[in-house]
Amino acid sequence: MWKRDESVKSTRQPAAASVTPSYAAGVSASKPEARRQNEGDVVNIGKSVVIKGELSGSEDLTIEGHVEGKIELKDHVLTIGPNGKIKAQVFAKVVIVLGEVHGNVTASEKVDIRDNGSVDGDIVAPKVAIASGAHFRGSVDMQRKPSAAASQQPAVAQPTKTAPSPQSQAAAR
Amino acid sequence: MPDGSPTFPTKALPKLLDALKAREQSVLLDLGPVVGTNVTFFGERLGCKIFVEDLFSDIDRHARAGTLDHLPRVFASRFKRLEGSVDGILCWDVFDYLDKPAAQSLAAQLIRLLRPEGVVLAFFSTMAPKDSPLCYVKQTVVNDTTLRHREYPAEQSRQAPLLNRDIIRMFEPARVMEQFLLKTHARELFFRLPAA
Repeated sequence: MWKRDESVKSTRQPAAASVTPSYAAGVSASKPEARRQNEGDVVNIGKSVVIKGELSGSEDLTIEGHVEGKIELKDHVLTIGPNGKIKAQVFAKVVIVLGEVHGNVTASEKVDIRDNGSVDGDIVAPKVAIASGAHFRGSVDMQRKPSAAASQQPAVAQPTKTAPSPQSQAAAR
Repeated sequence: MPDGSPTFPTKALPKLLDALKAREQSVLLDLGPVVGTNVTFFGERLGCKIFVEDLFSDIDRHARAGTLDHLPRVFASRFKRLEGSVDGILCWDVFDYLDKPAAQSLAAQLIRLLRPEGVVLAFFSTMAPKDSPLCYVKQTVVNDTTLRHREYPAEQSRQAPLLNRDIIRMFEPARVMEQFLLKTHARELFFRLPAA
């Protein structure tokens, strides 16, 4: 019968989102917050996490914490949870906002601001949905410019790897 | 979800759509509260860039603070966009909630923002305000010729209706291209700024 090899599991990276070194300086979590939900292949950043810098990845990401800087999720879904507070330029395939975003949001497919979600910034996406209870201040650009959307993706978007900070590693123990 | 809010015909909206369709990468300024379906409608129909500047929330803020008399000055510095950078403006019925000095100041700023041949759609009531509950009307586009009206609480009441000649003067040098008096006692005015 197959038996799980716990030693192999324990060496697995906890998250697939990559961050610049500034992330290490900015993490203020006191317990494990970034975790991977293997079933859905979604990375979840918990509400006590603060990230300052660049955050990029190649899988879906849900943010409940604070992020300042830049978020790039090429070809994936970014969800800003109800507790999420973002002060950043955001690039993703789909952006779903239930929390707060201050900054411009660019999506290659869709931006969806749900009830109680808030965006202060300019949106560029071919599809935009704004719920009646949402807050939005800025502009919406739905022009079909596939080449422009592609060119806005960062040239440095690489297959992701995790670079947890010493603090977050300590917190995970 | 079914919506029991009443719907009303509009004759000026198709004029605005026609005017903006003819332009490439047009810029539309919406002075009402953000309405998701409107953003989708205008974005998909016109492929335009839409700026939402909710003046009703500005009016509410000043009404609460008792500083409505500051609005003419506020409007003078309210819009950060460059002069002549907007193709179309959706005013909805915002002028019904402004006194004459504030309305004049706002109209002057909107004309400043318009590109040559830019267009403005505005609704003006023809009836004196009644002692009805304070409310604004969120105008949702159902289709080219139909709007849905959803009332929501307001801090400011409707003001006395502006006279036609005052409205026309406020928007000079833009010209009234179309004017419709609806059964709802609303005047729909469609302005166009002359070519440079």
